[in-house]
Amino acid sequence: MITVLYFAWVREQIGTDAETLALPDGVAAFGALMAHLSGLSARHAAALAAPGGLRGAVNQIFARPETPVRDGDEVAIFPPVTGG
Amino acid sequence: MVAITISVDGAGFDLVAEQAALCGLPGVGGIGAFVGLVRGGDGLETLVLEHYPGMTEAAMRAIAERAARRWDLLAVTLRHRVGRLRVGEPIVLVLAASAHRDAALSATRFLIDWLKTDAPFWKREEFRDGRRRWVAARESDRTAREAW
Repeated sequence: MITVLYFAWVREQIGTDAETLALPDGVAAFGALMAHLSGLSARHAAALAAPGGLRGAVNQIFARPETPVRDGDEVAIFPPVTGG
Repeated sequence: MVAITISVDGAGFDLVAEQAALCGLPGVGGIGAFVGLVRGGDGLETLVLEHYPGMTEAAMRAIAERAARRWDLLAVTLRHRVGRLRVGEPIVLVLAASAHRDAALSATRFLIDWLKTDAPFWKREEFRDGRRRWVAARESDRTAREAW
């Protein structure tokens, strides 16, 4: 199982701040996981429609599409950051 | 050994007290300081800051450590507020203490530039007329970070 966290407008559009799911066969990287998640529901599809405009983290470290994802990981998906 | 102080919470901060805490460091000759505020205009009433607990603190520490590898620093203080903040309230405090001004001032600028692009915070604006809008990341922030 992996935990997926959503923040900011991604969280609002999907309608939840976290979900737990089994890592599907053949999904081993952050980019592939995003593609899989966008197929879960219309809300997911809308929120994740522009993956180039989103950022993410695996185990609390900023991720790139090729960043590996393994069973037990904490993955986060969020818009580009706007702190400071 | 650089003394790094990090905090992420809703509490305000006292610039004078934070600065005073660094004045006793052996060899300190200057402290660079930056305070970021909620900027008003266009009917903005409140800024709501969200973050990723756990990752935020680690990301801020990584930014402070990166600055300490680049400049000869004695201390770095990074305090970032989250939650609901009104126009004019402070959001973020950056202090960099060093023996000399060049390191202190350059590191302060570096720290705030990197905080804007490399720590997981998000701002939502709430306006007097009821509008709400997530702040979009700015290309100029990315450019400022890349310039380092």
